[in-house]
Amino acid sequence: MSTSEIDRQWTTRLRRRVEGKLPPEKLLPDTQPTYVSSWIYVFGIATLSSLGVVIGTGCILALRGPQWWHGSAYGHFINSMHLWSVEIFFFAMVVHLWGKFAMAAWRGGRALTWMTGVVTFLVSIGAGFTGYVSQSNFDSQWISTQAKDGINATGAGAYFNVLNLGQMLMWHIVLLPLGAIVLTGMHVLMVRIKGVVPPFEEGAEVAE
Amino acid sequence: MSKKAFRPDVDAPKWKGGYSPYDIIKEGTIALVVILVLTVIFAVVFGSPDEKAITVRTWSNADPIDFATTALSELNGTSTSAAYGAPYNNVPGTGQAMGPLKLEQWVGVRIPINAAQDFVISPLKSLPDQPILDQNLKTWSTASTTTQNSWLSSYGKAATKMKVAKGQIVVNTTSAGPLPIMINDLTQMARSGALDQALVTGHGFYTTDYTKPLLFLADSGYLANLASNQHLTGDQWGMMNETGSYPGQAWLWLYTFWYQIAPFNTSASGDALVFATMGVLSLVLLFVPFIPGLRSIPRKLKIYRLIWREHYQDNK
Repeated sequence: MSTSEIDRQWTTRLRRRVEGKLPPEKLLPDTQPTYVSSWIYVFGIATLSSLGVVIGTGCILALRGPQWWHGSAYGHFINSMHLWSVEIFFFAMVVHLWGKFAMAAWRGGRALTWMTGVVTFLVSIGAGFTGYVSQSNFDSQWISTQAKDGINATGAGAYFNVLNLGQMLMWHIVLLPLGAIVLTGMHVLMVRIKGVVPPFEEGAEVAE
Repeated sequence: MSKKAFRPDVDAPKWKGGYSPYDIIKEGTIALVVILVLTVIFAVVFGSPDEKAITVRTWSNADPIDFATTALSELNGTSTSAAYGAPYNNVPGTGQAMGPLKLEQWVGVRIPINAAQDFVISPLKSLPDQPILDQNLKTWSTASTTTQNSWLSSYGKAATKMKVAKGQIVVNTTSAGPLPIMINDLTQMARSGALDQALVTGHGFYTTDYTKPLLFLADSGYLANLASNQHLTGDQWGMMNETGSYPGQAWLWLYTFWYQIAPFNTSASGDALVFATMGVLSLVLLFVPFIPGLRSIPRKLKIYRLIWREHYQDNK
């Protein structure tokens, strides 16, 4: 096989593209610019970590099925961990989002990083909401019967039926977590490729 | 060749400063452990709410008159479900709109609900060995619409003085045709728990779809009263709350906020307006990097000087 033939292979081209965009020292860096020194940076990794706990506790709940936690003290404890990791996840994500807004973190070709972050936030709201209507308790009865009017008003309720427990549970444990995980992965890789946005260069301000 | 002007809200300066050691794996591990410990502490101290789901059985036993009057509203078409419109049924003049966009009507009926049939007639027909009820159901189904409406009207007027005596629904009327038997038997069916099963088994043995019983429950005053006692109604910021003193979906605060003010809480298309507003705001947030003026806010607010204060102190 000639070298040029190997060069033309899809696999070779993809590998070289990945190596060029994301060499190991960028993917797993051992240094960072000195300006990355603030408590606000903690909330990015806190969001990621809490997402990990949300998924881990969700997987434990899935092991015994959706009704288990109602009748088991251990199941209820895992559900409590699931709830509080979600609360921490959203708190950390919102602080992270507004921190990044304050830094105008989209600068320097990072607009897609910002956008994947915003879409992840919106998908996570959907994941949280479907969790609330899948609990099979009084909260889910009330929240689903109230939320149906809003979703029906958009026309989406005809296809996304919040009163259908089976449909909501599948969205909650399969589709939306998958979306959140893929988007988070893309977001993190973009941060690693582009690096953390540098500070504004004061004195270089130009009115738009 | 002319050099492109530097745009401070779009372009970022190239970093020419120093670098410091950074152990990303160690940082990630510490963060995970801290979050895990925090989660365990919150779970142990606060737990999580799990208020038992109500059933048609608990509702009809706790408040049989509310149940019976709700059943009547399903029959005479005045309940929320019966008069809802798309996606449940065709009711002229219903459906919310976002200006000229009448999405609810355009989508049409996709989850068919016939409130009278689904919540009253069909469950009653499923009861075995009930010759008197069967005769009354036949009387109802063979009567003209005018006659049915006359019975419903008579029953409705008498229902204002409805009583429960020895477990039976008592309505003082002789001109309501088969309705007293039908409403009383449905109430007895509900109180026994049989109606819960009849409402969910519409799709066969296995089901995970609770659309019908939830719509029926939502038509009652009972569910709304329980929710109000738990501070869960719309004007109590209920969309984001949950039972007990838990934070609930606090991230929905802005969505819930619109329901507290006009025109959202006064318009017949309030839900549609709230969703449209939140949709536009979400798009604005998504496209901030491309919106002149908005993308300049961070530079003008100068909060970044707090975030990067060490950097700016070092570069004075």
